[in-house]
Amino acid sequence: MVKLTLRSAAIAVTAAAVSLSLAACGSSGPAGSAGNADSTTMWGLTGGNQPVLQKSIDAWNKAHPDEAIKLDFFANDAYKTKVRTAVGAGQGPTFIYGWGGGVLKSYVDSGQVADMSDFIGSNPDVKSRYLPSVLKNGVINGKTYALPNNNVQPVVLYFNKEIFDKIGAQAPKTWDELMALVPKFKAAGIAPFSLGGQSKWPDLMWLEYLVERIGGPDAFANIAANKPGAWSDPAVKEALTKIQELVDAGGFVNGFSSIAADSNADQALLYTGKAAMILQGGWIYQGMKKDAADFVKSGKLGYITFPSVSGGKGDPANVVGNPSNFWSISSKATDSQKKAALDYVKSGMFTDADTQALIDSGAVPVTTGIESKLAASPDKDFLSYVYGMAKNAPSFTLSWDQALSPAQGDAMLANLDQIFLKKISPDQFVTTMNATIGK
Amino acid sequence: MSISTGSSRRVLEKGPSGWLAAPALVFFLLFAILPLLGVLFLSFTKWDGLGEIKLDGLSSWTTVLTDPVTGNALLVTAKIMFFSFIVQAPISLLLGVFTSASQKYRAALAVLYFVPLLLSSAAVAIAYKALLDPNFGLGPGLGLPFLAQDWLGNSDLVLFVVVFVIAWQFVPFHTLIYQGGVRQIPASLYEAAQIDGAGRMQQFFAITLPQLKYTIITSSTLMVVGSLAYFDLVFVLTGGGPGYATRLLPLHMYLTGFKANDMGAASALGVILVVIGLALALILQRLGGKNRNASQLEGA
Repeated sequence: MVKLTLRSAAIAVTAAAVSLSLAACGSSGPAGSAGNADSTTMWGLTGGNQPVLQKSIDAWNKAHPDEAIKLDFFANDAYKTKVRTAVGAGQGPTFIYGWGGGVLKSYVDSGQVADMSDFIGSNPDVKSRYLPSVLKNGVINGKTYALPNNNVQPVVLYFNKEIFDKIGAQAPKTWDELMALVPKFKAAGIAPFSLGGQSKWPDLMWLEYLVERIGGPDAFANIAANKPGAWSDPAVKEALTKIQELVDAGGFVNGFSSIAADSNADQALLYTGKAAMILQGGWIYQGMKKDAADFVKSGKLGYITFPSVSGGKGDPANVVGNPSNFWSISSKATDSQKKAALDYVKSGMFTDADTQALIDSGAVPVTTGIESKLAASPDKDFLSYVYGMAKNAPSFTLSWDQALSPAQGDAMLANLDQIFLKKISPDQFVTTMNATIGK
Repeated sequence: MSISTGSSRRVLEKGPSGWLAAPALVFFLLFAILPLLGVLFLSFTKWDGLGEIKLDGLSSWTTVLTDPVTGNALLVTAKIMFFSFIVQAPISLLLGVFTSASQKYRAALAVLYFVPLLLSSAAVAIAYKALLDPNFGLGPGLGLPFLAQDWLGNSDLVLFVVVFVIAWQFVPFHTLIYQGGVRQIPASLYEAAQIDGAGRMQQFFAITLPQLKYTIITSSTLMVVGSLAYFDLVFVLTGGGPGYATRLLPLHMYLTGFKANDMGAASALGVILVVIGLALALILQRLGGKNRNASQLEGA
């Protein structure tokens, strides 16, 4: 009966192969790393800062052919998965791009990133180049594991001035004013807020700011410190309730949960006049400057800080968002790779040309003493605004999905999505999230 | 050396030598069984993909089996499997029968039907995502308000949208299988039926359908087991959302492993997926009847 057993085996092969082919998804290993095995490698992100980084590396490679860096770019979401898999498999790049926070801590805990404290100590020029509030986000347990590499990215409330003028509205300064605007815009057939709900992380910006305004920075600091029951802070529940009230009032654009932020469809709603406002990161300015140059140039783009909430404890000048992106250096890199990497950090990053290129792209570098350069830019209004916002903020809270451990961050985004869809109540959210503390 | 007729008859009776399967089995051991054992091992560990792999007993299994999201993922997978079978099977059977005739216009149509299969799942998903966008998509673009539904954002609708897009992509493949199957049916059967005065419908039900038995089993196996593997299309189209509405088991596995970085739980989900896939494939083969091994595996 050899024939029979082989047949069954063949059937099993087919079935299992179909199931197993899935396991291959997302773990296709590092590709495209040509060059010799010992060249210093760097993985960057596509998008607004891509040309700036490319230019910086090109200039470095031209001046330092013996310490050339090989640069590859990846899309944001794909990168986050890829880099972790690659680093875990010992195939990661020399320069690991990151956001700081709990994700950086997980790299530190598993000994994957190099301690740069000595380097910082012996190179005061490097240390003094950064805004201190930004620099501290690369510090874990008193040691520096990551250095800021681009621009400061606070979350801003953008609005379309033309549409506000059309219905005679003022930009909202308080939550009550914001809620009062909703029916006015709806009556005019315009969505009050755009939102890229399918990407989930844009939802988070609402929760971050509301908790910040209602409970102050301590509410989230307790959560990030893994204090038992920290999600039960009344500010969290009130923020979630306010979000659901805004959903009920029709505050978000029709179909928000099918709009992806990766494709910039959420920004498009703002500048095409289909939505009046959007709560998004400082980084979308670069996108709009490119995709809707006329809209930005003609001054139709307005921006304000997130409204205050009456009775709230948080300082209205407090900010949430991404202080910057960061470079960490792989602890598995060879000595020559590490040396080349540190040399680049010391004298190749944030050169005058780099800083100017960042500013020209519509971004605010995380370096000190750039006020005059910002003032000379055609985007000076927005750039100075963002710089001041970040520099003067009493507290700058890192985006929660990066601040928390990956497991908690994922659970939080999934449950927050359910809040926006009104599938769960604020109480259920709090209970579920309390159970993730320490994971 | 000449082969005697006696031994060649024996070859026919026993089927081809089992050694013909050897190369495939070697690859299967290396690239399927070994990783499968690896996944089984990982399901008893705790690993975030970066640090040490620590043995952790059954904790990943208890996490996975008590998590309501897993139950929901199974339910969503079962629904998608059921609805895509119900939609795809009859359409591809009828299209396959229709295109199996030899007129030129049918050949041209067959080529047209085949086009969706040439596109990658990611391309199909991106195209549909753009078309179905409630603000910039087909509805507002053509000024047809009934098309401007929140197709991908409405928890009740989205599952059927996914089923539709899957069918759009895979019906051509199954049509092709059926087309091949129908062309294998001897024309003499139809000639005899015509002489006996059977009409088209009678011919379809008395000859075509029974003769397609093995094709139906093959196609259904691929459809049902294949729907356990829908991943890329759904990942790009909806990302599993809104909420958990389209979070299929494979997608749940991926998100658990590569977003939440819980490789132990993801491996447990992977094992569940393989077991379900095997069970379904074997059940469908059983449905083929006792003489299933006499099948020529048309179109497989």
